[in-house]
Amino acid sequence: MKRSMNSRRTNLLNYATYLLVIAFFVIITVMNSSGSLSSIMKGMLVPICAYSVMAVSLNLTVGILGELSLGHAGFMSVGAFTGVTAAVALGNHVSSAPVRLLVGMVVGAVFAAIVGVLIGIPVLRLKGDYLAIVTLAFGEIIKGIFNNLYVGLDSRGFHISLLSDTTNLDPDGTLIIGGPMGLKSIPTIATFTSGIILLLITLVVVFHLVNSRTGRAVMAIRDNRIAAESIGINVTKYKLMAFTVSAALAGAAGSLFAMNYTTMVANKFDFNTSILILVFVVLGGQGNMMGSIIAASALTILPEALRSFSTYRMLVYAIVLILVMLATNNPTLKSFFSKKKNTVPVDPDEPEDGDEGKEAV
Amino acid sequence: MSEKTKLVEARREKALIPERDYDKSPILECVNLGINFGGLKAVDDFNLTIGRTEIAGLIGPNGAGKTTVFNLLTKVYQPTTGTILLDGKDTHGMNTIQVNHAGIARTFQNIRLFNNLTVEDNVKAAMDHSMHYNLFSGILRLPNYWKEEKLAHKRALELLSIFRMENLASARAGSLPYGAQRRLEIVRALATNPSLLLLDEPAAGMNPSETAELMENIRTIRDTFQIAVLLIEHDMNLVMNICEGLCVLNFGQIIAKGTPEDIQKNPAVIEAYLGKQKEA
Repeated sequence: MKRSMNSRRTNLLNYATYLLVIAFFVIITVMNSSGSLSSIMKGMLVPICAYSVMAVSLNLTVGILGELSLGHAGFMSVGAFTGVTAAVALGNHVSSAPVRLLVGMVVGAVFAAIVGVLIGIPVLRLKGDYLAIVTLAFGEIIKGIFNNLYVGLDSRGFHISLLSDTTNLDPDGTLIIGGPMGLKSIPTIATFTSGIILLLITLVVVFHLVNSRTGRAVMAIRDNRIAAESIGINVTKYKLMAFTVSAALAGAAGSLFAMNYTTMVANKFDFNTSILILVFVVLGGQGNMMGSIIAASALTILPEALRSFSTYRMLVYAIVLILVMLATNNPTLKSFFSKKKNTVPVDPDEPEDGDEGKEAV
Repeated sequence: MSEKTKLVEARREKALIPERDYDKSPILECVNLGINFGGLKAVDDFNLTIGRTEIAGLIGPNGAGKTTVFNLLTKVYQPTTGTILLDGKDTHGMNTIQVNHAGIARTFQNIRLFNNLTVEDNVKAAMDHSMHYNLFSGILRLPNYWKEEKLAHKRALELLSIFRMENLASARAGSLPYGAQRRLEIVRALATNPSLLLLDEPAAGMNPSETAELMENIRTIRDTFQIAVLLIEHDMNLVMNICEGLCVLNFGQIIAKGTPEDIQKNPAVIEAYLGKQKEA
């Protein structure tokens, strides 16, 4: 089968992304074994992986589907809470940490996918700003639910209550989710290796999805919804598909993230976290998965690296962010890179297709 | 229901379709089709029958309601009155997507390509309905993914070769010149396996030699795929050359129907285009 130039270049970029992740893994492993890794850095390895997965999965919604979602942290928290619950429940029967972690991540992904479908059905009828606002609201609703949820486990099984702790556990039982206290006594079984594996799986899922009929349909809808309908593409179905995959990956990432700490509260997954992930995506470039990973890693390390500025830390962080955004949008740099890639630079005069439903066809 | 069918039968006898399509049922029948926007009757009492392999033209001055008819046929608008029968089946209650699956494909007056996708992917996207592998086969790249993708690739290049565009397969659709974009829209519409192809001003912005080539292409498409074509066009040279039946719209109403020769002589048509002759 003759491969076209364009798909070959896309494939090269995909392989480069895999390679980058593996290289990062190798370097960190070598540094770790030689003892040149600071304890702060060690603590950030799993969050870097989790945030990279979050950024890549949000990029599927923002860059490929073309819809702005401000509630991505909500899916992360669904994954975290359900995943940890599963891992704790499994703790009594299975001692192998990787198995518990795997089950936790799968359960987190499944629950996040279910929530993704439930939220996606009403939300994906909206467009643009409206969609962004409603996803923001759903993110807050999820946070609100977990702040008031009590889940306990004892010999009689799961006990769930809302608003107040009426789980009435047996003395031998454990309260897994304690309302505003969040997750308590999480098994800290997340490892850097498992994080890298999850990141690689995420990349495979996203790249393969983009290069399948689903990806084509989703990108067709993004580029021109009216034309997509006219050639018989089921717009609702494909939007929901992309949104759900994105939510599921976020759920797995949330599960991994939570199991790096001993406690976790729902307020950790608030609007600020959603915005932070969106910043990774925008900084790395919409539709650019490698950019998302680099941005997520850099911006996770940056606040720690800026500790020497003490009080001015967040100010410097913001300035660095602004400078990077300015630099990446610099037309000279852009044309330099596009020349290097030997592509036609995007014509700035090209009319943006607003694509409103009421528009004359 | 049976009453409606009777009405169509009666009209079918009066309808003009090419002789070779006479013994086959028509692909499209519009009966009393109309739409109101508030108090405005944009299209009113629109009756049209198109034969299986007919190339038909829909002409009329600006604002006559030609594109509105296309939007009614593809269910972008739901008609206020009347019936559309596609291959004898009522399309009532269908949406744009279902109408496409039923066999109507269209192009747009203002080009609507997937600009950031490659030319090949634009065509492949239109084959979505004829592909069957699911999300998981796609992600896991199971054998049916490779099989169907290979087939889609082959078919896309075949379709592009009608317009000799195979060499542009990997170009970004948005970067194509205007004429090529128009041709790509036609290829994309064809990729959905339609039985009726609606072309909204296919020759707009093309030079005379491109238009001449387009005429040949439209005939080739009709002959190869054995489909009907309904086109809106202002280029009278193209319309009179390739259309077998013409329908003239003015202010949302049909003012004349017939062969190109009949239409050229029709006083109502001349009046609609050029105005009334002053009496001596």
